Amino acid sequence: MGLDVNWALRWLALSADAMAEHREELIELDRPIGDSDHGENMDRGFKAVMVKLAEAPPETAGAALKLTAMTLMSKVGGAAGPLYGTAFLRAGTALGDAADVDAATLASAFQAARDGIVARGKAESGDKTMVDAWTPAVDAAAAAAGDSDVRKVLLAAAEAAEAGAVSTDPMLARKGRASYLGERSIGHRDPGAVSSALILRAAVGAAE
Amino acid sequence: MTVKLVVVSHSEKIADGAVELAVQMAPDVLILPAGGTDDGRIGTSLERVMAALEQASDANSDGTVVLTDLGSAVMTAESALEFVADPSSVLLADAPLVEGLVAAAVAAQAGADAAGVKEAAEAVYRPPAAPQHAHEHRPPEATGDFELINQAGMHARPAAKISGGLSGMDAEVTVNGADGASMTELMMLGAGKGTMLHVEASGPDAVKAVDYLRGLIGAGFGEP
Repeated sequence: MGLDVNWALRWLALSADAMAEHREELIELDRPIGDSDHGENMDRGFKAVMVKLAEAPPETAGAALKLTAMTLMSKVGGAAGPLYGTAFLRAGTALGDAADVDAATLASAFQAARDGIVARGKAESGDKTMVDAWTPAVDAAAAAAGDSDVRKVLLAAAEAAEAGAVSTDPMLARKGRASYLGERSIGHRDPGAVSSALILRAAVGAAE
Repeated sequence: MTVKLVVVSHSEKIADGAVELAVQMAPDVLILPAGGTDDGRIGTSLERVMAALEQASDANSDGTVVLTDLGSAVMTAESALEFVADPSSVLLADAPLVEGLVAAAVAAQAGADAAGVKEAAEAVYRPPAAPQHAHEHRPPEATGDFELINQAGMHARPAAKISGGLSGMDAEVTVNGADGASMTELMMLGAGKGTMLHVEASGPDAVKAVDYLRGLIGAGFGEP
Protein backbone atom coordinates (compact mmCIF):
# COMPACT_ATOMS: atom_id res chain seq x y z
CA MET A 1 0.00 0.00 0.00
CA GLY A 2 1.03 3.58 -0.51
CA LEU A 3 0.78 6.76 1.50
CA ASP A 4 -2.31 8.96 1.29
CA VAL A 5 -3.34 12.40 2.46
CA ASN A 6 -4.03 11.10 5.96
CA TRP A 7 -0.43 9.96 6.22
CA ALA A 8 0.70 13.44 5.20
CA LEU A 9 -1.57 15.05 7.78
CA ARG A 10 -0.33 12.68 10.50
CA TRP A 11 3.26 13.39 9.42
CA LEU A 12 2.75 17.12 9.76
CA ALA A 13 0.96 16.74 13.09
CA LEU A 14 3.74 14.52 14.44
CA SER A 15 6.30 17.01 13.12
CA ALA A 16 4.49 19.77 15.01
CA ASP A 17 4.53 17.59 18.15
CA ALA A 18 8.24 16.93 17.69
CA MET A 19 9.02 20.63 17.27
CA ALA A 20 7.07 21.44 20.45
CA GLU A 21 8.69 18.59 22.35
CA HIS A 22 12.24 19.40 21.19
CA ARG A 23 11.83 23.16 21.24
CA GLU A 24 14.23 23.73 24.13
CA GLU A 25 16.76 21.24 22.78
CA LEU A 26 16.83 23.03 19.41
CA ILE A 27 17.14 26.39 21.14
CA GLU A 28 20.09 25.08 23.17
CA LEU A 29 21.78 23.68 20.05
CA ASP A 30 21.30 27.01 18.28
CA ARG A 31 22.59 29.09 21.19
CA PRO A 32 26.36 28.57 20.79
CA ILE A 33 26.41 28.67 16.98
CA GLY A 34 23.36 30.66 15.91
CA ASP A 35 20.85 33.07 17.35
CA SER A 36 19.08 30.52 19.56
CA ASP A 37 15.77 30.94 17.79
CA HIS A 38 15.56 27.70 15.81
CA GLY A 39 13.44 25.77 18.31
CA GLU A 40 11.09 28.67 18.82
CA ASN A 41 10.80 29.40 15.11
CA MET A 42 10.13 25.78 14.13
CA ASP A 43 7.60 25.33 16.93
CA ARG A 44 5.76 28.50 15.92
CA GLY A 45 5.95 27.59 12.24
CA PHE A 46 4.48 24.12 12.67
CA LYS A 47 1.79 25.37 15.06
CA ALA A 48 0.77 27.78 12.29
CA VAL A 49 0.79 24.86 9.83
CA MET A 50 -1.66 22.99 12.06
CA VAL A 51 -3.99 26.00 12.05
CA LYS A 52 -3.82 26.32 8.24
CA LEU A 53 -4.44 22.62 7.68
CA ALA A 54 -7.48 22.77 9.94
CA GLU A 55 -8.83 25.86 8.16
CA ALA A 56 -8.55 24.40 4.67
CA PRO A 57 -8.11 20.62 4.79
CA PRO A 58 -6.13 19.54 1.72
CA GLU A 59 -7.28 16.62 -0.43
CA THR A 60 -3.92 15.18 -1.40
CA ALA A 61 -0.58 14.65 0.30
CA GLY A 62 0.97 16.99 -2.27
CA ALA A 63 -1.50 19.76 -1.43
CA ALA A 64 -0.84 19.32 2.29
CA LEU A 65 2.91 19.74 1.76
CA LYS A 66 2.42 22.84 -0.41
CA LEU A 67 0.21 24.50 2.19
CA THR A 68 2.87 23.65 4.76
CA ALA A 69 5.50 25.27 2.53
CA MET A 70 3.65 28.57 2.22
CA THR A 71 2.96 28.70 5.94
CA LEU A 72 6.53 27.94 7.00
CA MET A 73 7.90 30.57 4.61
CA SER A 74 5.66 33.19 6.16
CA LYS A 75 5.73 32.22 9.82
CA VAL A 76 9.14 30.80 10.70
CA GLY A 77 11.14 34.01 10.26
CA GLY A 78 14.70 32.64 10.25
CA ALA A 79 16.58 30.87 7.49
CA ALA A 80 14.65 27.69 8.29
CA GLY A 81 11.50 29.32 6.82
CA PRO A 82 12.57 29.60 3.19
CA LEU A 83 14.68 26.42 3.46
CA TYR A 84 11.95 24.15 4.83
CA GLY A 85 9.39 26.05 2.79
CA THR A 86 11.26 25.32 -0.41
CA ALA A 87 11.79 21.69 0.68
CA PHE A 88 8.08 21.10 1.30
CA LEU A 89 7.14 23.01 -1.84
CA ARG A 90 9.38 20.91 -4.07
CA ALA A 91 8.35 17.68 -2.32
CA GLY A 92 4.68 18.57 -2.72
CA THR A 93 5.22 19.29 -6.40
CA ALA A 94 7.00 15.93 -6.80
CA LEU A 95 4.05 14.11 -5.21
CA GLY A 96 1.67 15.85 -7.60
CA ASP A 97 -1.98 14.80 -7.35
CA ALA A 98 -1.20 11.20 -6.36
CA ALA A 99 -3.81 9.85 -3.94
CA ASP A 100 -1.47 7.03 -3.01
CA VAL A 101 2.27 7.75 -2.93
CA ASP A 102 4.45 4.78 -3.91
CA ALA A 103 8.05 4.12 -2.85
CA ALA A 104 9.68 5.51 -5.99
CA THR A 105 7.62 8.73 -5.86
CA LEU A 106 8.40 9.11 -2.16
CA ALA A 107 12.13 8.75 -2.78
CA SER A 108 11.96 11.28 -5.60
CA ALA A 109 10.02 13.70 -3.37
CA PHE A 110 12.77 13.50 -0.74
CA GLN A 111 15.32 14.18 -3.44
CA ALA A 112 13.31 17.16 -4.70
CA ALA A 113 13.15 18.49 -1.14
CA ARG A 114 16.91 18.17 -0.71
CA ASP A 115 17.57 19.77 -4.09
CA GLY A 116 15.31 22.66 -3.10
CA ILE A 117 17.25 23.19 0.13
CA VAL A 118 20.55 23.14 -1.78
CA ALA A 119 19.23 25.55 -4.42
CA ARG A 120 17.93 27.97 -1.79
CA GLY A 121 20.73 27.79 0.77
CA LYS A 122 23.61 27.02 -1.61
CA ALA A 123 25.15 24.71 0.99
CA GLU A 124 27.06 21.56 0.12
CA SER A 125 27.62 18.36 2.05
CA GLY A 126 30.06 18.97 4.88
CA ASP A 127 29.09 22.62 5.41
CA LYS A 128 27.43 21.72 8.74
CA THR A 129 23.85 22.38 7.69
CA MET A 130 20.59 20.50 7.27
CA VAL A 131 21.97 19.29 3.93
CA ASP A 132 24.17 16.94 5.97
CA ALA A 133 21.01 15.24 7.23
CA TRP A 134 19.07 15.38 3.97
CA THR A 135 21.68 14.07 1.55
CA PRO A 136 22.29 10.75 3.34
CA ALA A 137 18.51 10.47 3.82
CA VAL A 138 17.89 10.92 0.11
CA ASP A 139 20.57 8.37 -0.77
CA ALA A 140 19.21 5.85 1.72
CA ALA A 141 15.64 6.39 0.51
CA ALA A 142 16.66 5.84 -3.10
CA ALA A 143 18.47 2.63 -2.17
CA ALA A 144 15.47 1.37 -0.18
CA ALA A 145 12.89 2.27 -2.85
CA GLY A 146 13.72 -0.88 -4.83
CA ASP A 147 11.66 -3.00 -2.45
CA SER A 148 8.55 -0.93 -3.20
CA ASP A 149 7.82 -0.71 0.52
CA VAL A 150 7.14 2.89 1.53
CA ARG A 151 7.74 2.12 5.21
CA LYS A 152 11.26 0.90 4.44
CA VAL A 153 11.92 4.08 2.46
CA LEU A 154 10.73 6.26 5.33
CA LEU A 155 12.71 4.33 7.91
CA ALA A 156 15.90 4.33 5.84
CA ALA A 157 15.59 8.10 5.33
CA ALA A 158 14.97 8.80 9.04
CA GLU A 159 17.88 6.64 10.24
CA ALA A 160 20.28 8.16 7.71
CA ALA A 161 19.16 11.68 8.65
CA GLU A 162 19.74 10.97 12.34
CA ALA A 163 23.24 9.68 11.62
CA GLY A 164 23.77 12.67 9.33
CA ALA A 165 22.81 15.09 12.12
CA VAL A 166 25.35 13.44 14.45
CA SER A 167 27.97 13.70 11.70
CA THR A 168 27.76 17.50 11.84
CA ASP A 169 29.41 17.57 15.32
CA PRO A 170 33.03 17.79 14.13
CA MET A 171 32.28 19.91 11.06
CA LEU A 172 33.40 23.51 10.57
CA ALA A 173 30.36 25.62 9.71
CA ARG A 174 30.57 27.25 6.31
CA LYS A 175 27.02 28.58 5.91
CA GLY A 176 24.62 30.72 7.86
CA ARG A 177 25.33 32.59 11.03
CA ALA A 178 27.32 29.68 12.49
CA SER A 179 29.96 30.30 9.81
CA TYR A 180 30.84 33.61 11.50
CA LEU A 181 32.18 31.51 14.40
CA GLY A 182 34.71 29.65 12.27
CA GLU A 183 36.66 27.09 14.35
CA ARG A 184 34.42 27.67 17.35
CA SER A 185 31.53 26.01 15.49
CA ILE A 186 33.35 22.66 15.76
CA GLY A 187 31.95 20.34 18.40
CA HIS A 188 28.38 21.61 18.14
CA ARG A 189 25.58 19.75 16.39
CA ASP A 190 23.78 21.68 13.68
CA PRO A 191 20.23 22.50 14.82
CA GLY A 192 18.83 22.43 11.28
CA ALA A 193 20.19 18.93 10.75
CA VAL A 194 18.58 17.85 14.02
CA SER A 195 15.18 19.33 13.16
CA SER A 196 15.40 17.69 9.72
CA ALA A 197 16.00 14.30 11.34
CA LEU A 198 13.06 14.89 13.70
CA ILE A 199 10.77 15.67 10.77
CA LEU A 200 11.89 12.62 8.81
CA ARG A 201 11.42 10.46 11.92
CA ALA A 202 7.88 11.85 12.24
CA ALA A 203 7.19 10.62 8.70
CA VAL A 204 7.95 7.07 9.89
CA GLY A 205 5.61 7.36 12.86
CA ALA A 206 2.84 8.64 10.59
CA ALA A 207 2.98 5.44 8.52
CA GLU A 208 2.72 3.09 11.49
CA MET B 1 7.81 56.51 -13.81
CA THR B 2 10.78 55.13 -11.96
CA VAL B 3 12.08 51.75 -10.89
CA LYS B 4 10.68 50.69 -7.51
CA LEU B 5 12.70 49.40 -4.57
CA VAL B 6 11.84 46.84 -1.91
CA VAL B 7 13.89 46.55 1.28
CA VAL B 8 13.90 43.11 2.92
CA SER B 9 15.40 43.13 6.40
CA HIS B 10 15.19 40.93 9.47
CA SER B 11 14.22 44.00 11.41
CA GLU B 12 11.16 46.11 10.72
CA LYS B 13 13.00 49.10 12.17
CA ILE B 14 16.00 48.60 9.87
CA ALA B 15 13.76 48.33 6.80
CA ASP B 16 11.70 51.38 7.79
CA GLY B 17 14.78 53.38 8.74
CA ALA B 18 16.66 52.53 5.56
CA VAL B 19 13.63 53.59 3.52
CA GLU B 20 13.35 56.81 5.48
CA LEU B 21 16.99 57.59 4.73
CA ALA B 22 16.82 56.72 1.03
CA VAL B 23 13.58 58.63 0.39
CA GLN B 24 15.37 61.85 1.37
CA MET B 25 17.57 61.52 -1.69
CA ALA B 26 14.91 60.09 -3.97
CA PRO B 27 11.55 61.69 -3.27
CA ASP B 28 9.91 60.37 -6.46
CA VAL B 29 10.94 56.74 -6.05
CA LEU B 30 8.55 54.20 -4.53
CA ILE B 31 10.57 52.46 -1.82
CA LEU B 32 8.75 49.84 0.20
CA PRO B 33 9.96 48.26 3.46
CA ALA B 34 9.41 44.55 4.10
CA GLY B 35 11.06 44.04 7.46
CA GLY B 36 10.43 41.65 10.31
CA THR B 37 7.93 38.84 10.61
CA ASP B 38 4.13 39.02 10.33
CA ASP B 39 3.90 39.45 14.08
CA GLY B 40 6.64 42.07 14.35
CA ARG B 41 9.51 39.85 15.47
CA ILE B 42 13.05 39.65 14.08
CA GLY B 43 13.00 37.59 10.90
CA THR B 44 11.70 37.79 7.36
CA SER B 45 8.24 37.03 6.07
CA LEU B 46 7.32 35.75 2.65
CA GLU B 47 3.92 37.39 3.02
CA ARG B 48 5.41 40.79 3.72
CA VAL B 49 7.86 40.51 0.84
CA MET B 50 5.10 39.31 -1.50
CA ALA B 51 2.83 42.19 -0.44
CA ALA B 52 5.60 44.72 -1.12
CA LEU B 53 6.42 43.19 -4.49
CA GLU B 54 2.74 43.23 -5.48
CA GLN B 55 2.32 46.84 -4.40
CA ALA B 56 5.44 47.70 -6.41
CA SER B 57 4.23 45.89 -9.51
CA ASP B 58 0.85 47.64 -9.27
CA ALA B 59 2.57 51.05 -9.25
CA ASN B 60 4.10 50.85 -12.71
CA SER B 61 5.79 48.42 -15.09
CA ASP B 62 9.34 49.75 -14.75
CA GLY B 63 10.59 46.82 -12.72
CA THR B 64 11.59 46.39 -9.09
CA VAL B 65 14.98 46.02 -7.43
CA VAL B 66 15.18 44.25 -4.07
CA LEU B 67 17.80 45.02 -1.41
CA THR B 68 18.33 42.54 1.41
CA ASP B 69 20.29 42.26 4.64
CA LEU B 70 21.42 38.89 6.07
CA GLY B 71 21.38 35.51 4.31
CA SER B 72 17.86 34.35 5.06
CA ALA B 73 16.46 37.65 3.79
CA VAL B 74 18.05 36.77 0.47
CA MET B 75 16.45 33.33 0.65
CA THR B 76 13.04 34.76 1.45
CA ALA B 77 13.35 37.22 -1.43
CA GLU B 78 14.36 34.39 -3.77
CA SER B 79 11.44 32.30 -2.52
CA ALA B 80 9.09 35.18 -3.26
CA LEU B 81 10.30 35.18 -6.86
CA GLU B 82 8.95 31.64 -7.19
CA PHE B 83 5.47 33.05 -6.64
CA VAL B 84 5.39 36.44 -8.42
CA ALA B 85 3.55 36.72 -11.72
CA ASP B 86 6.51 38.08 -13.68
CA PRO B 87 9.81 37.11 -12.01
CA SER B 88 11.83 38.81 -14.76
CA SER B 89 10.51 42.20 -13.60
CA VAL B 90 12.20 41.77 -10.19
CA LEU B 91 15.97 41.96 -9.73
CA LEU B 92 17.82 41.12 -6.51
CA ALA B 93 20.80 43.36 -5.82
CA ASP B 94 23.80 41.86 -4.04
CA ALA B 95 24.82 44.94 -2.12
CA PRO B 96 25.20 46.27 1.42
CA LEU B 97 21.71 47.25 2.53
CA VAL B 98 22.00 50.90 3.49
CA GLU B 99 24.72 52.08 1.12
CA GLY B 100 23.31 49.96 -1.71
CA LEU B 101 19.78 51.22 -1.13
CA VAL B 102 20.84 54.86 -1.17
CA ALA B 103 22.83 54.34 -4.37
CA ALA B 104 19.91 52.44 -5.94
CA ALA B 105 17.40 55.08 -4.90
CA VAL B 106 19.51 57.87 -6.39
CA ALA B 107 19.92 55.92 -9.63
CA ALA B 108 16.17 55.26 -9.79
CA GLN B 109 15.46 58.93 -9.12
CA ALA B 110 17.77 59.80 -12.03
CA GLY B 111 15.72 57.56 -14.30
CA ALA B 112 17.99 54.50 -14.61
CA ASP B 113 16.33 51.25 -15.67
CA ALA B 114 16.11 48.25 -13.34
CA ALA B 115 19.46 46.82 -14.47
CA GLY B 116 21.07 50.24 -13.96
CA VAL B 117 19.58 50.59 -10.49
CA LYS B 118 20.82 47.11 -9.52
CA GLU B 119 24.25 47.98 -10.90
CA ALA B 120 24.34 51.23 -8.93
CA ALA B 121 23.66 49.31 -5.73
CA GLU B 122 26.22 46.63 -6.46
CA ALA B 123 28.92 49.14 -7.48
CA VAL B 124 28.98 50.47 -3.93
CA TYR B 125 31.47 47.98 -2.55
CA ARG B 126 33.31 47.03 -5.71
CA PRO B 127 37.08 47.19 -5.26
CA PRO B 128 38.45 50.44 -6.72
CA ALA B 129 41.12 48.59 -8.71
CA ALA B 130 38.68 47.16 -11.24
CA PRO B 131 37.57 50.32 -13.08
CA GLN B 132 41.07 51.78 -13.04
CA HIS B 133 42.42 48.57 -14.52
CA ALA B 134 39.81 48.61 -17.27
CA HIS B 135 40.67 52.20 -17.77
CA GLU B 136 44.32 51.52 -18.54
CA HIS B 137 43.34 49.64 -21.65
CA ARG B 138 40.98 52.28 -22.84
CA PRO B 139 42.08 55.87 -23.32
CA PRO B 140 39.46 58.40 -22.25
CA GLU B 141 37.23 59.72 -25.00
CA ALA B 142 36.34 62.85 -23.08
CA THR B 143 37.96 64.61 -20.14
CA GLY B 144 37.40 67.67 -18.05
CA ASP B 145 38.78 69.42 -14.98
CA PHE B 146 36.32 71.09 -12.67
CA GLU B 147 36.75 72.85 -9.35
CA LEU B 148 34.58 71.92 -6.39
CA ILE B 149 32.97 75.22 -5.38
CA ASN B 150 30.31 74.18 -2.89
CA GLN B 151 31.08 74.77 0.76
CA ALA B 152 30.80 71.14 1.94
CA GLY B 153 32.76 69.60 -0.95
CA MET B 154 32.21 66.00 -2.00
CA HIS B 155 29.86 64.73 0.70
CA ALA B 156 27.02 62.24 0.38
CA ARG B 157 24.53 64.25 -1.65
CA PRO B 158 26.94 65.43 -4.37
CA ALA B 159 28.37 61.90 -4.60
CA ALA B 160 24.84 60.53 -4.93
CA LYS B 161 24.01 63.08 -7.65
CA ILE B 162 27.12 62.17 -9.63
CA SER B 163 26.69 58.40 -9.36
CA GLY B 164 22.93 58.62 -9.85
CA GLY B 165 23.12 60.77 -12.96
CA LEU B 166 25.88 58.67 -14.50
CA SER B 167 23.98 55.44 -13.90
CA GLY B 168 21.56 56.46 -16.65
CA MET B 169 24.41 56.88 -19.18
CA ASP B 170 26.40 54.38 -21.16
CA ALA B 171 29.85 55.56 -20.12
CA GLU B 172 32.68 54.56 -17.83
CA VAL B 173 33.66 57.57 -15.82
CA THR B 174 36.37 58.20 -13.26
CA VAL B 175 36.68 61.23 -11.02
CA ASN B 176 40.25 61.60 -9.72
CA GLY B 177 40.53 57.85 -10.28
CA ALA B 178 37.37 56.93 -8.36
CA ASP B 179 34.57 55.09 -10.13
CA GLY B 180 31.96 57.71 -11.00
CA ALA B 181 29.22 55.08 -10.61
CA SER B 182 30.22 54.41 -7.01
CA MET B 183 28.89 56.84 -4.47
CA THR B 184 31.16 55.32 -1.81
CA GLU B 185 34.32 55.73 -3.86
CA LEU B 186 33.44 59.32 -4.67
CA MET B 187 32.92 60.08 -0.99
CA MET B 188 36.20 58.35 -0.14
CA LEU B 189 38.03 60.89 -2.26
CA GLY B 190 37.53 63.20 0.69
CA ALA B 191 37.59 66.13 -1.70
CA GLY B 192 36.91 69.47 -0.04
CA LYS B 193 36.00 72.87 -1.47
CA GLY B 194 38.57 74.09 -3.97
CA THR B 195 39.69 70.61 -5.04
CA MET B 196 40.22 70.15 -8.78
CA LEU B 197 38.37 67.11 -10.05
CA HIS B 198 39.83 65.41 -13.10
CA VAL B 199 37.11 63.57 -15.00
CA GLU B 200 37.82 60.92 -17.61
CA ALA B 201 35.05 59.22 -19.56
CA SER B 202 34.82 56.58 -22.23
CA GLY B 203 31.95 54.85 -23.98
CA PRO B 204 29.10 56.07 -26.21
CA ASP B 205 27.91 58.67 -23.70
CA ALA B 206 31.41 59.89 -22.73
CA VAL B 207 30.90 63.47 -23.88
CA LYS B 208 27.44 63.63 -22.36
CA ALA B 209 28.81 62.36 -19.06
CA VAL B 210 31.55 64.99 -18.91
CA ASP B 211 29.02 67.70 -19.84
CA TYR B 212 26.73 66.45 -17.10
CA LEU B 213 29.51 66.66 -14.51
CA ARG B 214 30.60 70.10 -15.78
CA GLY B 215 27.08 71.40 -15.17
CA LEU B 216 26.65 69.66 -11.85
CA ILE B 217 30.01 70.55 -10.31
CA GLY B 218 30.00 74.03 -11.84
CA ALA B 219 26.69 74.78 -10.17
CA GLY B 220 28.03 73.53 -6.85
CA PHE B 221 25.44 70.77 -6.90
CA GLY B 222 22.84 73.45 -6.21
CA GLU B 223 24.38 73.95 -2.76
CA PRO B 224 25.88 77.02 -1.13
